[in-house]
Amino acid sequence: MSIKLTIIEQMEQIAREHGKILAPLKEDLVLADCGLDSLGFAVLVARLEDRLGIDPFSAAEEAVFPVTLGDFVKVYEHGRR
Amino acid sequence: MSMAGAEAPSLRCIVAQKDAPRSFCDRGAALRFTDLARGTSFGGGLRALAGRSVLLATASQLASALALIELEGLARRIVILPPDADPAHLPAIISTAGIDAAVIDDGTPSGNALDGLVRLRCLPAIAPMADKLPPRLHTEWVMMTSGTTGVPKMVVHDLATLTAALQVPSPADGADVWGTFYDIRRYGGLQIYLRAVCGRASLVLSSAGEPVADHLARLAAHGVTHLSGTPSQWRRALMTVPAIEAIAPRYVRLSGEIADQAVLDSLRAAFPNASVGHAYASTEAGVAFDVNDGLAGFPIDYVGAVRNGVAMKILDGTLRIRSCGAAKGYVGGEPLLDAAGFVDTGDIVERHGERFYFAGRKGGIINIGGLKVHPEEIEAVINRHPCVRMSLVRGRQNPVTGSIVVADVVLKGEGLAADKSPQQLALKDDILKHCRETLPRHKVPAAISFVPALKVAATGKLVRRQ
Repeated sequence: MSIKLTIIEQMEQIAREHGKILAPLKEDLVLADCGLDSLGFAVLVARLEDRLGIDPFSAAEEAVFPVTLGDFVKVYEHGRR
Repeated sequence: MSMAGAEAPSLRCIVAQKDAPRSFCDRGAALRFTDLARGTSFGGGLRALAGRSVLLATASQLASALALIELEGLARRIVILPPDADPAHLPAIISTAGIDAAVIDDGTPSGNALDGLVRLRCLPAIAPMADKLPPRLHTEWVMMTSGTTGVPKMVVHDLATLTAALQVPSPADGADVWGTFYDIRRYGGLQIYLRAVCGRASLVLSSAGEPVADHLARLAAHGVTHLSGTPSQWRRALMTVPAIEAIAPRYVRLSGEIADQAVLDSLRAAFPNASVGHAYASTEAGVAFDVNDGLAGFPIDYVGAVRNGVAMKILDGTLRIRSCGAAKGYVGGEPLLDAAGFVDTGDIVERHGERFYFAGRKGGIINIGGLKVHPEEIEAVINRHPCVRMSLVRGRQNPVTGSIVVADVVLKGEGLAADKSPQQLALKDDILKHCRETLPRHKVPAAISFVPALKVAATGKLVRRQ
């Protein structure tokens, strides 16, 4: 499964678990408006670490602040390389 | 009636009473403690320890069990070294406690820390004693706390505080056989040792490195009637099939960690004819209370009133205890009691309905984006799942909330399905669903890992920090 699909699948699963409704998951969706709160993102990062083997945010030397869903996916794709 | 008091007989007098022959044993040896009436395990050298501050540093529990009887009333101070003590701490322990003698055996690690002390070898054997003993002294018993880092604190007790919670034994028929998963050189184990000595029972001790199944087989062979351990030790024993099925104790006791409803129910199912009780005790506060109704937590009326010489109050969320079984203080004089004579246990309690429940340790909180979580509370929920034997909840570093909760889970039974198999994933989902039904969102683990076992420290408690 591609990194992007894994991320989207986990976002949908966490939204279901947390009783949240997600905005349509498009590349330019601003993460702050996606429907997950900070706990939802915290769980997302933990789950992705288990599935993809990386936490690009804690591993980065400089702080990374993705704004859109597309940016967020790129951080993981970049972290994988 | 309590055994405490200045006139309490010495341990040597108690074990010398002939009416109930008791045997104490480990894997290698069995001894009749009544033989200590006119015998010694020190050869001819016992008098050399009179009036000294003695480090009890034997490798064998059985040798320590003998030496405690011989040293009580003879030494000025007995400093009890737990089997897992860090040798690097020995010089600090020796100088702080003014130790000038050591009791050793063949298994005591050699090193220069004990150089310069009077050293006496204790054998797990009793020979006739030629010496006449000097008059009885008041002896301090010093125990180590099970702190996680640094030199352990040394807690001062004496025979009166250590036996304050013991009831005078009913006329014994000598048929009681106590066993413990604890080491008797920790507070919980020492309580069982003193119960056996003063209650005229036999005692089955574990040997260093002995597998749980072998210990259980010996407990079964000796017909153990009273068995004690921490919830973690009990969960591990319940997993030790078929050895656990061969024992049939009348009394099952838990202490040292939070006894959740799942472990109490498992023990009741495993031993339908036994009474299952959990006790609250700490090295500093002593034994505070027993709970024998089969339920986790304790009734609210335990707090406020003085029961069995123990007063309890709750201040800033933690349980405080004032008791005649509490320690006298720390070696070195650091205060142990507050102005009103209470010990702060550091254990956080929460009231639900007509009971108080232990929520966790003051120092063990996980902070999830500003929300405080006690791992023990989440473990108690996970442990209620029918497939779960035990669990460990810990904080994992997280860039969004600082920490996030994850859980390591040991399943009941054998045959853990292959990693990431559909059965495994379905079971993880089911455990998480069970958590979501009971817990607020931030307490639900972000991830669950199935593990074959969890590390249990020599203290009998789950190892929480790696």
